[in-house]
Parts: sequence; structure tokens; C-alpha cells
Amino acid sequence: MAIKVAEEWLSACSGCEIAILNMGEALLDLLEQLEFVHMPVLIDHKYLGQLGQSDTIDIPEADIGIVSGAVANEEHLEVLKKMRKSCRLLIALGTCATHGGIPALLNSWTMKEALETIFSTPTTEIPASIPDKGVPPLLDRIYAVDEKVKVDILMPGCPPNPQHIAELFATLLEGDQPTLPEKSVCDTCPTLRKGKGGVKKIKRFLENAACDPKEPLDKMQCLLEQGFMCMGPVTAAGCAAEGAPRCISARVPCRGCFGPVRPHGNQMLDMINALTSNGIDWKTIVDRRSLLRFSGAHGLLRPIGHK
Amino acid sequence: MDKVINIQPVTRIEGHASIAIHLDDNGNVHETRLHIMSLRGFEKFIEGRPAEEVPRIVNRICGICPWMHHLAACKAVDACFGITPPPAGHRLRELCQVMAHISDKILHFFFLAAPDFVMGPDGHYSVRNIMGIVKKAPELASKVVKMRQLGQNMLERFAGKAIHPIAGVTGGFAKPMLEGERKELTNGARQLLDFALYGLDYAKKNIFSQYEELIEELGAIETGFLGTVDTQDSLRLYDGKLKLMKPDGTYTKFSSENYTDFIEEHVAPWSYAKMPYAKVWGEGFSLDLDGPKGIYRTNTLARINVADKMATPHAQAALEEFRDKFGRPAQSTLLYHWARLIELVYACERTVEILEDDQITDPEVRVASEPRAGRGIGCVEAPRGTLIHDYTTDENGCITSANMIVGTTHNIAPMNLSVGMAARSLIKKGRINEGLLNRIEMAVRAYDP
Repeated sequence: MAIKVAEEWLSACSGCEIAILNMGEALLDLLEQLEFVHMPVLIDHKYLGQLGQSDTIDIPEADIGIVSGAVANEEHLEVLKKMRKSCRLLIALGTCATHGGIPALLNSWTMKEALETIFSTPTTEIPASIPDKGVPPLLDRIYAVDEKVKVDILMPGCPPNPQHIAELFATLLEGDQPTLPEKSVCDTCPTLRKGKGGVKKIKRFLENAACDPKEPLDKMQCLLEQGFMCMGPVTAAGCAAEGAPRCISARVPCRGCFGPVRPHGNQMLDMINALTSNGIDWKTIVDRRSLLRFSGAHGLLRPIGHK
Repeated sequence: MDKVINIQPVTRIEGHASIAIHLDDNGNVHETRLHIMSLRGFEKFIEGRPAEEVPRIVNRICGICPWMHHLAACKAVDACFGITPPPAGHRLRELCQVMAHISDKILHFFFLAAPDFVMGPDGHYSVRNIMGIVKKAPELASKVVKMRQLGQNMLERFAGKAIHPIAGVTGGFAKPMLEGERKELTNGARQLLDFALYGLDYAKKNIFSQYEELIEELGAIETGFLGTVDTQDSLRLYDGKLKLMKPDGTYTKFSSENYTDFIEEHVAPWSYAKMPYAKVWGEGFSLDLDGPKGIYRTNTLARINVADKMATPHAQAALEEFRDKFGRPAQSTLLYHWARLIELVYACERTVEILEDDQITDPEVRVASEPRAGRGIGCVEAPRGTLIHDYTTDENGCITSANMIVGTTHNIAPMNLSVGMAARSLIKKGRINEGLLNRIEMAVRAYDP
């Protein structure tokens, strides 16, 4: 009998769903054993019945539930709770679901401040009121999924790695417990480390990395050693395809999109520690709060009284 | 008593939306609303960020078209910092952008929209999806899955990431293209072009010809159109002038830097998404089904309507055939699908064309930049429409304010009109069924929101 899967997206961009599709032919093979019973991006199952006749949201029972996105409004919360109730095993897929992701950058402001800015841009009609009819009210801030319901498996990534999603499905179909990588991006990075260098300050990525693009990555000096901010030391591994972290393979520094190495780590504090122990002045970082660019939920980013 | 039929959520689209159809005492449609349910806050939370970091943040606006936001942001930041990327920097960006259009169109037409036609609008909901197509037309499905995968892999191998890209950078591109990469990509691009021609042919034979009446009538409205063209008035995706056409075919052209003179955004209490309209027409904004005001559309149909021609041969032949059949501007909503497949051909041909130009392997791909105070407007054609990012920076080159007009939002007002027209013509005396409600959603799916 096929294993039933339900999938939902909350405050999300659909990148996680595209990552699921990017399994490509592996997905076609899996489809013989999986039955998707609910997945708004691909399947026409409706919350309120197929004729919209019901008053309450219904999500069919499933063996595996997948939720992407952060929790930003009342509807997300309701859908998430239904998913938890309907699914035997719940997977938080992608960094928004596991750590707040990019949407949680909003946690540096109050919702009121955010709405005032969004509905007063130069092209917005004046006077504009903030929408409140037939749209779900916003929560007080952006939450990761595990702040609101119990989650069985956290699978971060922005986007998550399609190969890992395929392996996870294969493991679950076998009835085994999946294991996720516990290494850092640096642990999986082939670039050349020459040891402690003369870098004292962090520079912005305003010029390309020093390297010969014709040479493989193991001939390029570590980007942090070149003085660029690279979040590799404090970011969970997992993005790598073909042997190198993806951003590094484009000769671009890591920004931390798989979240902290330890599930409840703090990428900002860990990075400041990593820099300090290498003799680099962390105060030279412009916009230090961006060290929590992907992990600002769980109360890590808070409003700071911007004007 | 006001009875409401809810379609929640609208499915096989990219975002979060629901439709509410309000019926009067006689069970006829009194009012319809397409509610856009999500609000993300990008215009707020990029404030204070170093501008060169923003292309790596705003790509998360959309996981289907992250390259569009990534590159509109790159262009806007270039302008803030007053720099011009070297020619190869621009060409590499455009190459990635048109390749991203290829995957996007394959995804939208074959994965999201085609089930309505292949399984039929009345097909049972449990099979009216890509999995249904896998069972009913396995050969087509396998081809589609492979080709989409090929496109994504090409981008990923060359540029590191296909979803949420990082290779576009302030001042150009993060790495040059090597000769080996160029060969591999060219092989892939030729396969994609073959598939695009096959796909258009398949759709003409097996889909469009089967549903001529539905295509003509469903959600049909009359509006203006907005898209990007070059100096020859050929359709372009990466760069050019904006061309805003009225329903009668007359038009004005303008530079994206002046967008605020032409476009304003209406806010309705029932949608988190704002609704842009043509301020320059001076008629205001109205969603009245019998006399809408200020409404124009974007996305595939709009682009091929405003363009005089296509810059590549196969796409041009396809446009001529389309125009002979439907005239210009073509207004029928479901023609977005046909236009999408014409653009797919263009995107593939343009990919090959860029790769065949020796400039593409020029090692000069980026100029270094200095942060400074400035304002920059970056514009590209995203699959869903004209995309505008407008940033202001302080003397440290950090963002102080941002305005973004995202492709889909141009079509929120027209989608409301199309849903209204579809509902009004299909629902009589309160009688509904699943196939009927699905047809109303098809009017939304055409816009690929």
C-alpha cells in the first residue's frame, strides 16, 4: 500500500516545493510508493471541501506531513495545527520552517512598523488603509514551525537539498530513522586553508574572490582567509552538490542558509566567536544582525526601536 | 441572504490565494473576490542591509522565479553605486535569466496548467494533476520531467544554485564562463530548444485545438498591456524600454526609471497584495466588471502583444501564426498559455544565441564598486510580468528605503476581473459543481500567479 503524504506551505516562497520537484526522475520513481493526498502547489484538494461547503479547514490523514515556510499569520497557524493532527510524522522542510529563514528578518521590527512602511511606498495610493477583510490577521512576529507544534524531523536548507529529500523518503519508506549531517559548511569545503593569516578586518563582497577560475576550488584560498565574511564555520552542511558547498562553487561566500550547525545554535554569537578566535575584529562587520539572516525565529531577532 | 462559495486555497498556483463568490437571493453572482493571503515584508526588512547583499535576500520573494528578483536587485544596486558591469557580466546575467525562464515555463504549463486540459476541466481532483499526467501520458510526463531537470541542472552546475541564486553580483557576475562550460550548456540548450518546439506543437495539436471555445470565452476581459521591448520593438526579457499599450492598441514607451509617473498601486481592504494600475491614463482605478478603469496586464500574453516582433526565428514564426489567428492585441485570457509556449521557444533560442557569441567567455565579468548614497531602479521581465526594484542607499551603501512592484501584482486586478467574468457566466441560480469551480480557477491559473 502506498504511503500517504500531505504537504503545506506557510509563509514561503515555493523554493522548497521546487526542491521537491528537483528530485526529478528520483521523484518519478518514488511516486510508485507515495500517494500525495494534499499539496496545494500540485494537487486540487481544498480545505473546505471540493465545493467549499464546510466551515472548517480539513486536511486528510497522512503518514508523512511536510511543512515549508515560517508561521506568520492566523491561517498559517490553523493549517499547521491541522497538519500536526492529520500527519503521523511531521517534517519541517527548509530553513523558514526550521529557523524562521528570510521571513524572520521582519522580527527586527514590530508588525505595525512593517505594515506602515509596506502600505506607504511611493507608488501606493494615498490614503491607503491596511487590508483586514477576508485576509488572515498577522501574528505578533514570525515563528519557526517548531515554536508552534511538535516537529519530528527538521530538514533545513534554502532551498533544501533535493538529494537529501529523496534519501529521507527512501529511509522512511524502509521504516528507518533518518540521520542528518552534523558537520559545518567548512567541514565540506574544498578551498585551500593556509592557516591564520593577516586578516584583521572583514570586507564587503564588492569585488570577486581572488582566484584563477580555470583552477579547481582546492586551489582557491578560503574566502574568510581572503577577508570576506563567510558563514561557513557556523552553518550546517548539506547544500553541497558534486563535492563543494554551492555558493563556494560559484566563488561566492556562504551566508548561512542551512541555519546553525547545532539545531539550537546562534549563528551570530558563534560567528563572532569564530572571528575573534582568529584575531579578526568582528566590529568591522557592517550589519551584524544579518548574521541571523536565516535564523531569526526562536526569539533571536527582536524589534530594536527603529525610527 | 448573501451566500458565499469559497475556493480555498486556489491550487496549482505559486502563491496563497482564495476566491470568494458572493451570490444574491436568486443564486446569481453578485460579487467575486480573489483574496491574496500572504504578506512577507521585504520592503521593510531589507532596510539597513548593505545594498550588495540585497540580491541574495530578495531572491527569496519567489522560489520559482528567484533569478528575476536576484537580477532586478543587481541592476538596482549597480545604479545606486553608479557602476556599469562589463559586457560579459551583463550577458552572463541575461543567460541565467533566460535559462530560468525556460524551467519556469515548463513548470507552469506542463506541471500546473496542463492537467486541466489533459485530464479535462471536469477530471476528478485526485487525478487532475501532474501525477495524473504521469499515468495518462507517461511519455510526455517523462520528457517534461527530464527537460525541466536538465534546465535546472544547467543553471546549477554553472552558477552554483538554481533556486535562490548567488552568482549575480553588484558590478557583474561572480565567475567567468569557461570554454568547457560553454560547450556543455550549448548542448543542453539545443535539447531544450528541440523540446520547446515539440511542446508548442504538442499543445497546438492536443490541447489548444481541443478547447477553442473555452479558450476564447473563459474569463475573457479587455485590458491594456505592459511589457519590455528593445529599440526595434522586439520582445526582450532582460533589458529594454517599457511599453504600455491601451486596449485599443495605442501605446506609450518609457524608461523603467520613470515608472512612478506611469504606475500607481491601489490598496483594497480584502487583499494583502496591492494592485498596480495605469495612473498615466488619468481614468483612475475600477474593478467594475462592466467598466473597469486603469487596468493593464503583464506576463506572456502582454509581452507578445506589446512587441512588434520576436528577435529569434522560430519564435517569430510562432508569433506570426498566433497573430494571424487571434489578432493584436489578443485579449482571451487562456491565450496566456499559448503565448507562454511561444516565449519558451524564444528563451531557448536566446540561450543558444548568447552562448554562440564569443563574448560570453570574456574573463572580465565584474567591476569592483564603492558603497555610496544613491538611488537605483532595476527592471527585468519576470515570467509573471514586469519586475521593478527601486532602492535608495545611504553614504555607507546601506538600504534606507525600497519599493518593489512584483510581476504577479500587476495581474491581481485583471485576475479579479477574469474570475468575476468566469463566475458570472458559469454560475446561474446557485448551481455549482466541481468542474465548474475548477473552470473559475483555470481563469486564475492562466496568469500563472
